[in-house]
Amino acid sequence: MMRANDTAHVSRESRRAFLRASVAVGGGLLLDFSLPGVLRARDDYQEGANTLNAFVQISKDGAVTIVSKNPEIGQGIKTMLPMLIAEELDVDWASVRIEQALSDPARYGVQFAGGSRATPLNWEPLRRVGAAARQMLMTAAAQSWSVPVSECDTESGRVIHRPTKRSLAYGRLASKAALLAAPDLAQVALKDPKNFKIIGKSHPGVDSPLVVTGQPLFGIDVTVPGMLYAVFVKSPVFGGTVVSADLDAVKAQTGVRDAFIVSGGAAFNGLVSGVAIVGTNWWLLDKAREKLQVVWDDGQTAAQSSAGFAKQAVALSTQAPGAKIVADGDVSQALGASTQRLEAAYSYPFISHATLEPQNCTAHFHDGKVEIWAPTQNPDAGRKIVAKTLGLTDADITIHMIRCGGGFGRRLMNDYMVEAAWISKQAGAPVKLLWNRQDDLQHDFYRPAGFHFFKAGLDDAGKLQAFSDHFVSFGENGKAAPSADMSANEFPAKFVPNLELGITFMPLGVPTGPLRAPGSNGLAFVFQCFIDEVAHAAGQDPLQYRIDLLGERRQVGAFDTGRMIDVLALVRDKSGWARRKPPKRSGMGVAFYYSHLGYFAEVVHATVAAGGKITVDKVWVASDVGSQIINPLGAENQVQGAALDGISAALGQVITLEHGRVVQSNFNDFLLLRMNQAPPIEVHFLKTEHPPTGLGEPALPPVLPALCNALFAATGVRIRSLPIDAQLLA
Amino acid sequence: MQYTIRINGKAREVEADPEMPLLWVLRDLLDMKGTKFGCGKSFCGACTVHLNGTPIRSCVTPVSSVGSAPITTIEGVAATALGRAVQNAWLAVDVVQCGYCQAGQIMSASALLAKNPKPSDADIDKAMSGNLCRCATYTRIRAAIKQAAGMPTTDSRDTFA
Repeated sequence: MMRANDTAHVSRESRRAFLRASVAVGGGLLLDFSLPGVLRARDDYQEGANTLNAFVQISKDGAVTIVSKNPEIGQGIKTMLPMLIAEELDVDWASVRIEQALSDPARYGVQFAGGSRATPLNWEPLRRVGAAARQMLMTAAAQSWSVPVSECDTESGRVIHRPTKRSLAYGRLASKAALLAAPDLAQVALKDPKNFKIIGKSHPGVDSPLVVTGQPLFGIDVTVPGMLYAVFVKSPVFGGTVVSADLDAVKAQTGVRDAFIVSGGAAFNGLVSGVAIVGTNWWLLDKAREKLQVVWDDGQTAAQSSAGFAKQAVALSTQAPGAKIVADGDVSQALGASTQRLEAAYSYPFISHATLEPQNCTAHFHDGKVEIWAPTQNPDAGRKIVAKTLGLTDADITIHMIRCGGGFGRRLMNDYMVEAAWISKQAGAPVKLLWNRQDDLQHDFYRPAGFHFFKAGLDDAGKLQAFSDHFVSFGENGKAAPSADMSANEFPAKFVPNLELGITFMPLGVPTGPLRAPGSNGLAFVFQCFIDEVAHAAGQDPLQYRIDLLGERRQVGAFDTGRMIDVLALVRDKSGWARRKPPKRSGMGVAFYYSHLGYFAEVVHATVAAGGKITVDKVWVASDVGSQIINPLGAENQVQGAALDGISAALGQVITLEHGRVVQSNFNDFLLLRMNQAPPIEVHFLKTEHPPTGLGEPALPPVLPALCNALFAATGVRIRSLPIDAQLLA
Repeated sequence: MQYTIRINGKAREVEADPEMPLLWVLRDLLDMKGTKFGCGKSFCGACTVHLNGTPIRSCVTPVSSVGSAPITTIEGVAATALGRAVQNAWLAVDVVQCGYCQAGQIMSASALLAKNPKPSDADIDKAMSGNLCRCATYTRIRAAIKQAAGMPTTDSRDTFA
């Protein structure tokens, strides 16, 4: 049986330190980050394990336990965040044991996996947490020796008194240190980065030994005593509701204990209408659902389809946009004055997150409280939905954050959590809810499709003088559907004197949401491909054209043109862009993109066979994510995975809507990249004097246009719609 | 029905529906959670185990079909030196991202190396393309297989020096 890795619940009465750090996130937005509850709590006292603050315990034998506060979804955060604390605590990494935190934002601050934000949000605060604990240990040693703390230093888990060369192990000092007042986090001394021993060194994933030996680790592996299993059958048409269901036929099946209708509500990220089947064995339940006959009220979304949206988008493109996002200069005048004009229509489809571990959750409702074991990226948001739906308070809900078999943004939503909690309450037993693959692909919060209608005007010198995009997207009442918007900073906005970005919304009854590099994963494709068309029309080298378009090294809002120019120059150098002469039917393409505070330029080399078959031969990635690559081994893995994820989306992924439902049902029709399609990827980090930023997402967006631009170089055919139709390249 | 199946060198008694896939027998009747459910239709390979040394998709293998043939799962792969070498290579190369597919990857890789101790990149493509990795750790899976085989981890397909 799996023992959930939980840390002891402690009194919230512990004194609190608030550390405020402002960090710029995408678009220059300033977020306040507070880290409450980091101080020691005497009521947290455990024999032999002395708690210095919410994140650090040191036992008498010197074993150091560090709490990792954020959900692990494969981004390596359970390894990386404790590295920050251990560095400033000044202990050997080998002496550190890591515990996954419970969801408890009052104690740990915000706990989520999204937006590649863990690095910028925690880089300084968590180092201060480690430094504060070290300070307490030094003070305890100084008191023991009756010497000034200023004469003390630390090294590898010991406090050293320099003048007398005496030393004491942390384990001997921890109980005394735990009684001291915690220092002001803002005042504690941080190491000079040149003295880092853990940060900047490669550390393999802390849970990997359990992964490779098949230990229970994931949400799907959770077992609690007396647990039943559940499946939850929802309307294939989004927003559809149960009119009636033949529950008796299902209840008669082997393994079924109960079946009941759930009325649910209208919010997709909550409990929706469906039929729950509960029993003793999940496979039997999955089989029993075949006998379930439900009469559904399909509702209005049944009229929606991918083909219908594509047609509607083209019709809408001929009208003025519903709203203008940017209107600089005079685009129509500038287009009229141009010596060369280009027009192109681009589009990308809905796609699914398709985490390999299907959505699941285990919940135990009893005595007016509910305990939840959830593979979620966003536990506290789930707690609020469960509380509201079940009529509980936040304090009634305990959430264990269980390692996720992939996230990609899907698990920022907590629909499976509220389903499990509700079904457990109805069933009167702990319940493990598990979706099958078809449930998972057909009930996602999809990356929204998008349709872009571009115009560009060039002068005699090939310089871009006019640019416009009419983005036909999804939304209602002037508000974009989740992840279906575009910002006023979308490049080349602010880089072309006459530029318009406009948006028109089509109402959508299908749930959408963030998928790895939300917004950017579609926008990078269309903008960086159309800019490639412009460069070719100008008869100029597409990489140099981009550098010229970026212009002077300067700050444009949150965006630093110099950092992007430097990664473009780096990828030009590393890929051999200027010297390489690809053979016939092979070509190289380039693209850059700024997202999640990261600067990425990528080059793809691809070859197209006579029949259209695409081989991605190689990818070069150049990036600038600041002064430190905290865990180089993990960082490279994230970048390679993100680039391959983008190639996977470009080559095969599409979710098709027909009659308000998803056509695809498994990995035979929703195609993910496989081993034989995965090219070698070379990753280069340019270290610059900027605070470190995140890596889960920003490597993904530029690879899609770089690939399509490579295919153009290879064949002369422009790919303007995803997934790539190889027939066009034949 | 009552079945006696041989898993990781031990005889195990299970009472199961004859159609029940081996995957669910392992996971929910025998509480061996290492073998993973991804698709239920043999498309993703997360459920790969060895039957008589051959990698099979346990999600589409009825328990009634396995008879007394020896089954090896991720929990038992370390019983051979080769299995341990594959696990150790996975750790040394730091393959894992989310880790959900990796049990299946290791089972396919260890079956490949048992038959073909020095696989080419084309051999690796052929043997491993039935195993999806949603995090796309393919670059490192390829390197780890070569490391386990005692080969240089360079990618022969990368001719772009």
